[in-house]
Amino acid sequence: MIKLLLAWRYFIRRPISILAVMAVTLCVFIVLVVMTVMNGLVRDFKQKNHDYAGDCVITSDSLVGFAYYEEFMDLLNQQPFVEAVSPVAKGVGLVHIKQFNWETGIEIHGIDPVLHSKATNFADTLHYQRKSPENVFQLPSNPQQVGCVTGIEVIPLGRRSSDGTYRYPPSPMQLELLISGFPLNMRGGLVRAGTDLVSTKSFTYCDDSHSELVKVDGAVVYVPLEQAQILCGMDSPVKRISSLNIRFTEATTVRSGVNQVRQLWQDYVAQNSDKPGADLFANVRVQSWQENRRSIIAPMEKEQMMMTMLFLMLGVITVFIVFVVMYMIISHKSKDIGILKSIGLPVSGILWLFQLFAVFIGLIGALMGSVSGWIFLYKINAIEDWLYEHYNWQLWDRTVYAIGDIPNHVEPDVLAVIIVSAVLACMIGAMVPGLQAARKKPVRVLQVNQL
Amino acid sequence: MIQVQKITKSYQMGKTRLDVLRGLDLSVKKGQFVAIIGASGSGKSTLLHMLGALDRPDNGSIYYEKQNLKDLRWGKLNHYRNKEVGFVFQFYHLLDELTVLENVMAPAMASAGMLTWLSLKAAVRQRALDLLEQVGLKERLVHKPYELSGGERQRVAIARALINQPPLLLADEPTGNLDSRTGHGILEILKQLHNVGQTIVMVTHDERIAAQASRTIRLVDGKIQESALR
Repeated sequence: MIKLLLAWRYFIRRPISILAVMAVTLCVFIVLVVMTVMNGLVRDFKQKNHDYAGDCVITSDSLVGFAYYEEFMDLLNQQPFVEAVSPVAKGVGLVHIKQFNWETGIEIHGIDPVLHSKATNFADTLHYQRKSPENVFQLPSNPQQVGCVTGIEVIPLGRRSSDGTYRYPPSPMQLELLISGFPLNMRGGLVRAGTDLVSTKSFTYCDDSHSELVKVDGAVVYVPLEQAQILCGMDSPVKRISSLNIRFTEATTVRSGVNQVRQLWQDYVAQNSDKPGADLFANVRVQSWQENRRSIIAPMEKEQMMMTMLFLMLGVITVFIVFVVMYMIISHKSKDIGILKSIGLPVSGILWLFQLFAVFIGLIGALMGSVSGWIFLYKINAIEDWLYEHYNWQLWDRTVYAIGDIPNHVEPDVLAVIIVSAVLACMIGAMVPGLQAARKKPVRVLQVNQL
Repeated sequence: MIQVQKITKSYQMGKTRLDVLRGLDLSVKKGQFVAIIGASGSGKSTLLHMLGALDRPDNGSIYYEKQNLKDLRWGKLNHYRNKEVGFVFQFYHLLDELTVLENVMAPAMASAGMLTWLSLKAAVRQRALDLLEQVGLKERLVHKPYELSGGERQRVAIARALINQPPLLLADEPTGNLDSRTGHGILEILKQLHNVGQTIVMVTHDERIAAQASRTIRLVDGKIQESALR
């Protein structure tokens, strides 16, 4: 009992303990803010990639793609765990926008907008046809013209404002896009389209797709599936696609769904191995959305890990500060240690006394850091807005970075880990000085204090 | 009660070896008030520390109620310091962070866990109040040690030493840091305790103070030279 009482009295009576509490507070504040923002960015980024890819992707490594997908789609659609399947034909191409006399390289994605909106969150990325994606490739003013949807950064209009939002005219701009694809035959050779090696088609701009993924928004142009197949040479002799995006029912986990699809695919490939072009199945992989978007997500996760490691070093500094504070307190309190031993407090009691002292430092510091961090995060976007309004300063230039609000949702489990880590760091910092104190010989300490 | 057999203790001071106790024998019976007298450096405080298990002899044995202190492991040694002996130091050695009342209760708190303390607290507090009343400090319960005079601090130290009702009270120059009038008051308290059967071993260098004890032992060159029972 005396351990708790003395630890608390040391804590509230020693000005130096305020220093240690401040160190822990600052450390917890910084770690909480950085971890929350970083975790939020990574979480948002993963969610956007999940929205973009669906739950599962059957994809070919080759631009040639793979055939006989329709039968497999039928098979998938019969499965109770499958919500929707969307075939996508992909190819590289060039776009020429007549009105701007502008050319750039693009990724052609041929989709069925209805199926793709069911399998992915494609419809949510649209502006004009968000509620009716079935009409996304149709221009009301000219239903005969084939429409397309461009990634919002493909058309160089600089519509992104300083707060990260985009300006949209009331109705789609009248733009004609000449899209050229490189048609490949089933062996991967270029197919001559008439006299040209490229296949060119005219499309009318119908809508923008804003997925908030830079590489998608800046390069992808969506066109009707059959048009993309023509542009990329996937329309004959058997129709081919590049991938199947699949969404599972809510009750199905991604892992179990992917495993079932993988099994179905293996069986399907085995059954169709004698068909012409079946060798293209060799390039096809069944992936979860995480595996499919690995190359995009991994660098951000590595960055997050690096930041976490850097901020763990702050924890080491906290341990050192607590160590120094404890060392100073123990050197000032050696008489108390002698007295406590003379009245029969065991070695473990002395050690616990200083551990409890460290717990008070860690707990109070962590709570103060958590509260101040939470308040700062709660106001972080308002603070950034104020700074931008008054000093024209932004953490991330929204005209450059595809980030909306700064993520500020404090995750309870992260907060709990930070608080527990802070307390443990303090206990570790107090361990060596505490052990030194516990090992002091009472008679020597008391005699020294008599001098 | 206490049997000391041929204990030796020496300290290494650089290259010089200082023999403080040289085969000392001593026996203290229950209820005695023993004064150990000797010049500075004669080893009297060292002897007292060994009786209180704050230090160990190099050789020889100290028996407390036929139990060799050398054989006590950590838990039993702490129990001995906590329950069997009470220590009064020359420089009081009170805990500055605690009040007078808390200082007196400290030994009881040291041996009690959180739950045990809840059941003991009321009784310990009452005993601490009684002891403080006995030593005339009932009005200074919430004061801190640094707010008290030397004599008052020593009376708090005596009350603290007695809180667990130890059979043996060890006092190391209890009046050594006090003026003669205050020191006399402390001595009166010790005499009163002796009168109710408390065994006391007191170290002093002052012959007049030693004369108040029931038995005086003179320590010369690390050995007992004279023992007189009055």
